Amino acid sequence: MHVEQISIFIENKFGRLAEVTRILGDAGVNIRTLSLADTSDFGILRLIVNDTEKARTVLKERGFTVSKTEVVAVEIPDRPGGLADILQVLDADGINVEYMYAFVERCGENAVMIFRFDETQKAIATLTGKSFNVLPGERLYSM
Amino acid sequence: MFFNEEFETLPREALEALQLKRLKAMVARVEKSVPFYKEALAKAGVTSDSIKSLADLQRLPFTYKQDMRDSYPYNLFAVPMEDIVRIHASSGTTGKPTVVGYTKKDIETWSELMARCFMAAGVHKGDIIHNSYGYGLFTGGLGAHYGAERLGASVIPMSGGNTKKQIMIMQDFGSTVLTCTPSYSLFMAEAAKEEGIDFRDLKLRVGIFGAEPWSEEMRRDIEGKLNLSAVDIYGLSEIMGPGVAIECCEAKKGLHVWEDHFIPEIINPETCEVLPEGQMGELVITTITKEGIPLIRYRTRDITSITYEPCVCGRTHARIARMSGRSDDMLIIRGVNVFPSQIEAILMGVEGVEPHYVLIVERKDNLDTLEVQVEVGENLFSDEIKHLQALSAKIEKQIKEMLGVTCRVRLVEPKSITRSEGKAKRVIDNRNKA
Repeated sequence: MHVEQISIFIENKFGRLAEVTRILGDAGVNIRTLSLADTSDFGILRLIVNDTEKARTVLKERGFTVSKTEVVAVEIPDRPGGLADILQVLDADGINVEYMYAFVERCGENAVMIFRFDETQKAIATLTGKSFNVLPGERLYSM
Repeated sequence: MFFNEEFETLPREALEALQLKRLKAMVARVEKSVPFYKEALAKAGVTSDSIKSLADLQRLPFTYKQDMRDSYPYNLFAVPMEDIVRIHASSGTTGKPTVVGYTKKDIETWSELMARCFMAAGVHKGDIIHNSYGYGLFTGGLGAHYGAERLGASVIPMSGGNTKKQIMIMQDFGSTVLTCTPSYSLFMAEAAKEEGIDFRDLKLRVGIFGAEPWSEEMRRDIEGKLNLSAVDIYGLSEIMGPGVAIECCEAKKGLHVWEDHFIPEIINPETCEVLPEGQMGELVITTITKEGIPLIRYRTRDITSITYEPCVCGRTHARIARMSGRSDDMLIIRGVNVFPSQIEAILMGVEGVEPHYVLIVERKDNLDTLEVQVEVGENLFSDEIKHLQALSAKIEKQIKEMLGVTCRVRLVEPKSITRSEGKAKRVIDNRNKA
């Protein structure tokens, strides 16, 4: 039920982000969603794309450091307290959120959040056990 | 003003005669007492009896820092340990320091030479010497301390660090002389300014700065901000410690080497030929009075030139120019000797680190800064910021612990560090570019 995400190490240098997105565009890779975490020296660009392997290959060919990570996509009711409810469930089970970001598109009435957990499988079990809708990767890649 | 006028102004002819006599006696001593030299001299085909003139010095073998490391800790000592009254050490690339031992007479000689340095810098009995060189295995603190006492001045043994207290003591005790690294003097001036204290209101009159290379521009800056006369002092623990050479306050043009105790030569570091007066090359020093650990033609790796021209101060001893660099890749960062290979060893000990790194040295706000750029390959990469930041912090901590130098680790993209066909360029030193 997990989703594949690729992460790219990018120095905080002018034009680097544009370069990454151009490489992916030229390879016909479509970015489904992304998050950029940065420090003063470097950033980590995290992407969910329609073709993870292709994205990895083209970026590595161009000398970027790329890694693949398993993340979890969860549907969250698009209403006040929707995110709080899910975080409460995770907290109750002692699951730590390493980082999270929002998916750009809604899924019906719901928003979609992307989570990185320290224990991916346990988190999926907890969430599905509480009737949260965990989206499979295929759904996102083609959304 | 002289501390030992007779020797400091000895006519060159007499000085050279004294050097020859002392050189022969020293070589005779080490032939007998140091197996390393017995072998090296035999190999070079030289005996103390065959030394007829100072020119014969060129026939003697060189001594390298590596020889001292190979002799760790006591194998180059020329006297039994019961005659050694003090031990100092400098840092070494392999983590093993270079150990030096002093007899009672060595300490007396060192004290006199430091006292001569103080006088040459314009310091006298009655001065209050604020000594911020580090005390310990490093020779700076105790070297300056004994010299100050020998001179009969009052010495405040501050050692380094604790800047606020340093400033308070200088204000309250009325320090008239400051001894520390040139960069630390400016750091103190800046720190004082933040506290609303102007160094120009203090009683400081003379500053004796060494243990790291500095420029004429920096002298002007220090003299302006600290309102004192700043002179450059040179030394190295292998030879003695601080006080091997000093600028006189009259000329401030080159550092007088105490030639009645050391014979300086300038050589081409590649070909090893001795260079004439005025030409830049590597400083080589032979100690001619030391008892504990006499050294023949020690390769200092410091680049300078020498002049025998008479000086306005009246001292007859030759002068060497300010150090303009090193003939090896050693860096001096805030007074600490750092070899890139030491940092490399630490980096390679961190799992996943690629063998591509570069050291960038700058001088910001008058303090040396060291940035270590490390390429992030797949083995090192994590998609979580905190892991990468923990990695940088870990490397910074190890470098601090192993070398005593604060640095900043900057993670960079793979292949962003320039590859070289030949010898990798590991160091970018921007300090002298301004």
